[in-house]
This record gives sequence, C-alpha cells and structure tokens, in this order.
Amino acid sequence: MSELKRTPLFEIYKEYGGKTIDFGGWELPVQFSKIQDEHEAVRTKAGLFDVSHMGEFEVKGSDSLAYLQKMMTNDVSKLSNGGAIYTAMCFENGGTVDDLLIYKIEDEHYLLVVNASNIDKDYKWLEDHLEGNVTLINLSEHTAQLALQGPLAEVVLQKLAGDTNLAEIGFFKFQQEVQLNGKKTLVSRTGYTGEDGFEIYCDPKDAIALWKEILEAGKEEGVLPCGLGARDTLRFEANLALYGQELSPEITPLEAGIGFAVKLKKEADFIGKDVLLQQKENGLPRKVVGIEMIDRGIPRHGYPVYKNDELIGEVTTGTQSPTLKKNIGMALLKLEHTNLETEVEVEIRGKRLKAVVVPTPFYKRAKK
Amino acid sequence: MNTPKELRYSEEHEWVKVEGEQVRIGITDFAQHELGDIVFVELPEVGDVVTANEPFGSVESVKTVSELYAPISGKVVAINEDLSDSPEFVNESPYEKAWMILVEPTDSGEMDSLMSAEQYEEMVKED
Repeated sequence: MSELKRTPLFEIYKEYGGKTIDFGGWELPVQFSKIQDEHEAVRTKAGLFDVSHMGEFEVKGSDSLAYLQKMMTNDVSKLSNGGAIYTAMCFENGGTVDDLLIYKIEDEHYLLVVNASNIDKDYKWLEDHLEGNVTLINLSEHTAQLALQGPLAEVVLQKLAGDTNLAEIGFFKFQQEVQLNGKKTLVSRTGYTGEDGFEIYCDPKDAIALWKEILEAGKEEGVLPCGLGARDTLRFEANLALYGQELSPEITPLEAGIGFAVKLKKEADFIGKDVLLQQKENGLPRKVVGIEMIDRGIPRHGYPVYKNDELIGEVTTGTQSPTLKKNIGMALLKLEHTNLETEVEVEIRGKRLKAVVVPTPFYKRAKK
Repeated sequence: MNTPKELRYSEEHEWVKVEGEQVRIGITDFAQHELGDIVFVELPEVGDVVTANEPFGSVESVKTVSELYAPISGKVVAINEDLSDSPEFVNESPYEKAWMILVEPTDSGEMDSLMSAEQYEEMVKED
C-alpha cells in the first residue's frame, strides 16, 4: 500500500482529538468530537474544516476563457472578476470527469478547485485538451484550504479580518489578499454544508496558525473543529453531490441532478454536450432522487434498489440524518420510478426493505 | 475502558455472560467507544440460530456499518427490544441496558475458546 498523503494540518489533528481515516489516499480526520455534535455546530453556530486536500489549478493566458468554455458544462463567460461558479467537466460520453469551482481572478486568469481524489486525473484531462495561449499550473501542493461554515462564520472570521468587511463578500464571490491576522489569504463565500460560510485559501505554512486563531476567535460562539464525517452528512442533507457517489465517469451531471451547472444553451460547444443534449431531449434514462426508509434500516452507498423484483438502481449516499433523525438517502434510479411517493425496496444485507421517493433537499437553511 | 471481570470476551469484541443454561451477549465498552455514536441496531429474531464467528446482526453509526459476530453457537431465546428505539444504550451502558441477545448454547465447549477480562484487555492493548 502506498503511503497516505497528509495536509499541512495533519500534525495538529491529535491535539484536537482528531480520529483519522483513509479518504481516497489521504489521511484525514473523520471526526474530532462526535459527528452529530460537529454537524449540529455547523447548523446552529459554526464549524471549522481542514480541506487542504482539495486541488487547485491556475489557468492563465489570452485563450483561457475559450478553453474553459470548451472543458466545462457551465457558462464561464458569465463570471465577473471576483466571482465563483460551480461546474462539471465531462468526458465525450457525458460521464463526469469531476465537479469543481472556478474562480475568476481577473480577465484571462482563473483558479480551479477540484476534488482531491481527482487531482491527477483532472490535470491530465485538462493538459491533454490544452488549446491556444493557455498555461495550466497545478498549485495543489502550494495551497492550504480551511472552511469555516455556519450561521456565525462571518461574525467569527471578521474578528481576524481587520479592515476587510466580510459582509461585502456576497454568495459565490471572493476577495483576494485578505489579511487574516496578518496572513495573506483568499476568502470566498462558498461551502459544502448548506450553511453560510467561507472557504479560505492560504499558504501551507500559515495553515496551522490560522486554524488555531479561528478556533480561538470562535470559542465564545462555540465553533468546533469538524471532520469529514460531519462534512458528508451536512452536504448530503443539503443535496450537494459527492464525486464518487452521485457523480462518476458512468453518471452524467444531468442524471446526478446538477443540471443547474449544465448550460446547454451556451454558444460554445463543450465536451460531452452532444450526449447531454440528447439526454435532455429524449429524457434521462435515470436520475438521482431522495429516498426515505419506511421499514427499519439505514440505506448506504451501493445498496441495490428494487421495484417488484426488478433492479432499478442503487443508493448513492445514505445515512441517518443528524438534523432530521430519519433514515434517508439519495439513489440513482430508472426514470420511471423517480416520481415522488413511489414505493421502492432497498436491499439491506439480503433483506428488501420498503422506502419511498421523497423531495430534496432534506435540509434548507432559513432565509435571513 | 471498562471490562467486567465476571464476563467472557471474544476477539470480535463481544462479551458473554453465563446465566444458568443460557448466555447473554453484547458488545464491549472498547467496541462502542471505537464505533462512536450508535444510531441503529439490527438483531436476529427469537428462534433464529446463530453460529460462532458468523454475523448475527449489525450496529450502525452515522458513518459506518459493523457486523456483530456471534461468540458462540446456539438458539436465540430473547432479544433486547429496547435497542430499536434506544440504540444509544450501546454507548451509554454496553454491559447492562444494551445486552443484545440471549442464547441457548448448542456447544458449551465453545465457551472455553473465549477470553477472560485480563486476556481481552491484553489483546486490545496490542491492537
């Protein structure tokens, strides 16, 4: 077995009670205290995550926009400087290479943030399709990332931000060169939890100090260090797709339910467009829906789903929701079985247990 | 870690308590601590037969599913119904409120292969 990769924060996980697991080749904390407590902290106060494993690529040059328009399903031309966009990247057959964020730093200069387990694959895919005056640089090793998420995230982070008024950073906007206690960072109002909050990019050498300072600043507000366990339950309740579960090379972004990030009407042709267009016109063969167990049991990733003895799909994510205390999941099912209130059966350890198709997201934060 | 002296233990972290002709089975304090907060317990039905070293049920935390392995073979004569509504008993009271099944053993010789509290503590330390 090859050695697990670690982030710059690895050495202090223990200090905060972090329990690590192998997550796609990375040794990352699954929890610091309890998954439920961490989950609750993010929903009601705020939680701090180490997401330094995520990959960052820089795309620069006069043909950057045309190149990104060719590679991405979303319309990158709609981005203004200081804005971020969520997009998918597809193979020719419409299957998903990855889902990612694109930040527009300035004209002809973009930052791409990709899933950790896909860094090498994405880089190669992007490199193989380079065209025109574009340079692609992998900054992953030179970038650490923290996520401070929750309704009190702004109050807490503002304590470190001095002159920068974080309230001025709108949803899916960012600011560069934000000084947090004298450390240069990029602060973006984005996240993966369904709550308000920030993703903070910094120099790896500043990551430990920043982690400690944010937790110290948020002591009063009850900020907790959070692991991947809570990150997964939070994103799941908010119906945010996870690559490797809802998304994969075999699943198109339309099937996964992230059609909002696929702009079939944009002028530029993008890789995979033909297949996605066909799916849109002819109807999807299958799609991801929410399910709730009727019988006792917890649906889990990979469990088969049946209707009248016919295999109709499988569970992509499932757990007992910490917020709702219900046994719920997402499942990729044949289209004819995806109407709300359709009864299906999830096979759990050899037993077929009743479940029902329900609306998503399971959780939506109250508007301010 | 709490390891009551009067119980016997399996390598799969189950405890066994002899009660006359029957044995009561649950998971250890060490196991519940490793698993984290239990949110779901699945047990066999009364009358089912369990076989030593084979799964008889499962416990689930938010993140994981773990099989429960029978420490000995026998027929299930009672199950702890409380665990379906209160899976948290497994964390709060692994040796009392969270007993899982009561079994009539078919081969009393199997008891000899189980560990004493001291041996179990030793094994856990080495892990």
